[in-house]
Amino acid sequence: MYIGEEAIAVGVCEALRREDYITSTHRGHGHCLAKGASPKLMFAELLGKEAGYCRGKGGSMHIADPATGNLGANAIVGGSVGIATGAALSAKTLKTGQVAVCFFGEGALGQGVLYECFNLAQLWKLPVMYVCENNMYNEYTHFSETTAGDIPSRAAAFGIKADTVDGQDVRAVFAAAATLADRARRGDGPAFLLCETYRYRGHHVGDINREYYRSKKEEQQWLAENDPIRNFSAWLKAQKLADAASLSTIDAELKVEMDEAMKFAIAAPYPSTDQVDQDVYA
Amino acid sequence: MPEVQSQVREITFAEAVREALAEEMRRDPRVFIMGEDVAEAGTPFKVLSGLVEEFGTSRVVDTPISEAGFTGVGVGAAMTGLRPVVDIMFGDFITLTMDQMVNQAAKVHYMSGGKWKVPMVMRTTLGAARRSAAQHSQSLHAWFSHVPGLKVVMPSTPYDAKGLLKTAIRDDNPVIFFEDKMSYKLKGPVPSEEYTIPLGVADIKREGSDITLVGTSSMVQLALEAAALLEEADVSAEVVDPRTTWPLDEHTLIESVKKTSRAIVMDEGYGRYGVAAELAATIAEGAFHYLDGPVQRMGAMHVPIPFSPPLEDATLPTANMIFEAAMKLCGRS
Repeated sequence: MYIGEEAIAVGVCEALRREDYITSTHRGHGHCLAKGASPKLMFAELLGKEAGYCRGKGGSMHIADPATGNLGANAIVGGSVGIATGAALSAKTLKTGQVAVCFFGEGALGQGVLYECFNLAQLWKLPVMYVCENNMYNEYTHFSETTAGDIPSRAAAFGIKADTVDGQDVRAVFAAAATLADRARRGDGPAFLLCETYRYRGHHVGDINREYYRSKKEEQQWLAENDPIRNFSAWLKAQKLADAASLSTIDAELKVEMDEAMKFAIAAPYPSTDQVDQDVYA
Repeated sequence: MPEVQSQVREITFAEAVREALAEEMRRDPRVFIMGEDVAEAGTPFKVLSGLVEEFGTSRVVDTPISEAGFTGVGVGAAMTGLRPVVDIMFGDFITLTMDQMVNQAAKVHYMSGGKWKVPMVMRTTLGAARRSAAQHSQSLHAWFSHVPGLKVVMPSTPYDAKGLLKTAIRDDNPVIFFEDKMSYKLKGPVPSEEYTIPLGVADIKREGSDITLVGTSSMVQLALEAAALLEEADVSAEVVDPRTTWPLDEHTLIESVKKTSRAIVMDEGYGRYGVAAELAATIAEGAFHYLDGPVQRMGAMHVPIPFSPPLEDATLPTANMIFEAAMKLCGRS
């Protein structure tokens, strides 16, 4: 799902506090984990199990977790822009010092509500960061076919602080996000961060033959030259902050953690069907 | 302490709405109003006049003309500790807020397994007859009534408007509160002391034994007028006001029709696939064996609302139309 875009979620969420808010997208597993979610409860939700974050009612596209400030992943493109902006309004009104981050893909640049919220956020100087993950494809269509003009200029036109960063470089994403989050927390208003990235896999699991919209060569090139995890590992080694052995140990530990989470989720029971009409109303 | 005297005053529907908002804003600092021209202007109908003077522009917040944007902001603010009352100037403009209300507000609690709540009220209007043509006259409450996760309130009197709005603001769910534009100047008795009215409890506005006239919002006064005409013809009409389309007080509707054996349902939305259709089906399912005739629906004619006064008037039921339909159903014509 999020493979290839990891540096954005990690870089941005490392710059946040646990109580800061995020809203996420249908490509949201990375945001969820980077904000501190438990892999066990996340996998359980992916499988629709009672133990999942939303007790099986949300599934892959709708994971939400108040404990980590995750207001929920949203399967309407651009659907959470209002929610994130509203969370920033609460933070400002209640003087909590929180920041809200709205993750969205470049496809959301086509939604009018995004610009309505840019306007509101800048008028009211809200502590919100709009993080645009440009993975270059609006589903099966290259963004150049759908997006006129210059992307950061759209935010800048509202007076919003707009930056662009290499979304495959976790250190660069973190540095930019930390600066913008501090700025928002100080009361200096919203920011827009464009992160250039790439979606390694298909739009969804059935999107296997992709040659009609992009070449295998292009995919292989990104994987070979721009993989955020491989590039960060190389940097750590070059800086002598980690060696091959310690990185292998981390990989092995993560594999065990993910295997355990998957086993937990597979073994976990489904909700009983009498839950189907519960939680419609608070 | 001086003894608190219970007083019943005559105030308008608009004053009742304003009192409910002011009382709830005094009671709970998390409650705030957001919308187009809500502050110094107090809305085009002047329903909110005076609130910004008491509560300031941080709690009576003018927005840009961005219904989707500020409704979405309301959803997010409601999830994170505030209790917004979002003002949508005309009910026709709810179309602009549909994703925020239907895909976001209505789904958040269920989709999160009950972890996030959206304690938000959307106030808006319904009703024709103001010569405002097709985009300022619709009654689109059926659209929201269709969606699980939303509650829909349709007060018909100043008393109901005040009590129901206070309850809506205290509710932890998204509630849409429809106000009939033509009722803003309607006067009625409202006690001076605190009261609330639960959502999902119908009110029998007039008791009767021969026929049940079910009316919502703007249609309640019309039903009462028709009931007075019917009385002169020795037909005893009961007028039932569901007050909320969801939750719906099915019991009161069904019991009334079990008693009277006849029913006409009136709602200013379109009859086809509308609230009147749902209420009629509820009665047909619950009181079928008691019915002496088919349940009838009356509502807006299935056309866009025209501007020209005689054309617009032709789209709406009148007390005489209700009277005649009731007489026929009672075998009196």
